[in-house]
Amino acid sequence: MRAAVVVFPGSNCDRDMAVALRAAGADVTMVWHKDARLPEAVDLVAVPGGFSFGDYLRCGAIAARSPICTAIVAHAERGGYVLGVCNGFQVLTETGLLPGALMRNTGLKFICKTVDLKVETTESAFTEGYRAGDTIAYPVAHHDGNYTVDPQTLESLRDADRIAFTYAENPNGSVGAIAGVLSENRRVLGLMPHPERAVDAGHGGTDGQALFRGLVAQFATA
Amino acid sequence: MKARVYVMLKNGVLDPQGEAVRHALGSLGFDGVHGVRQGKVIELDLADGTDEATVAQMCEKLLANTVIESYRVEVL
Repeated sequence: MRAAVVVFPGSNCDRDMAVALRAAGADVTMVWHKDARLPEAVDLVAVPGGFSFGDYLRCGAIAARSPICTAIVAHAERGGYVLGVCNGFQVLTETGLLPGALMRNTGLKFICKTVDLKVETTESAFTEGYRAGDTIAYPVAHHDGNYTVDPQTLESLRDADRIAFTYAENPNGSVGAIAGVLSENRRVLGLMPHPERAVDAGHGGTDGQALFRGLVAQFATA
Repeated sequence: MKARVYVMLKNGVLDPQGEAVRHALGSLGFDGVHGVRQGKVIELDLADGTDEATVAQMCEKLLANTVIESYRVEVL
């Protein structure tokens, strides 16, 4: 699988993301935010965590209007895979690829800890490596992870089985304890917790491996 | 010309920062503060003749996230 990891000024999980993807067998290229095009024949674009553009205006707002994001939206519209983690999730909601928005945590504190997540659906390349209902542990590290969506959209997300992960204990006030959502075609995933920080025994946990391996396997069998 | 854009969270969207400010006012002894909503004011210095519709487009495309925020434009 060919993957591109996007780098914005202020990204800080880009290299962790590349390490996690490579460990799962992906061929990874880093892409700068000013690039207007993705590398040839990219299967997956990963939008990493961090504080792109210093979180100015709103988290992810400036990044979502950068040249590379036009290419990412086009890639998604062609049916390409996109993974947005933490600030990457915020960027994807700002581009409109995923519904809703991420607001300041209700407790107002920056939360940095490992949390338990429930796998809500295995119907996606990102989650098919898990069993439905599995409890897995990923670290979270965010100030603005409070997922908000209007009630009608929430209902449609539930009806279409597009909620990928929920928090076992809601840390940030997210509607329905939602930690990650899928696009309509199930090829775009955004989530606040960090799977790339749970892929090595040295991380303290390896529950994130199945997400990356599942993605890579998608292309190995294709 | 100048324009001022007011961006506020939509009614019904919980504002955790506003709530924190309300609590802080209460702890300073200001009673009767029933609600605080916190927003942004953005001042734009524009070429003369820029119409309000263009400023509205700026709001829609960047300055406000219309999923959670509403905006109001004031041409000065």
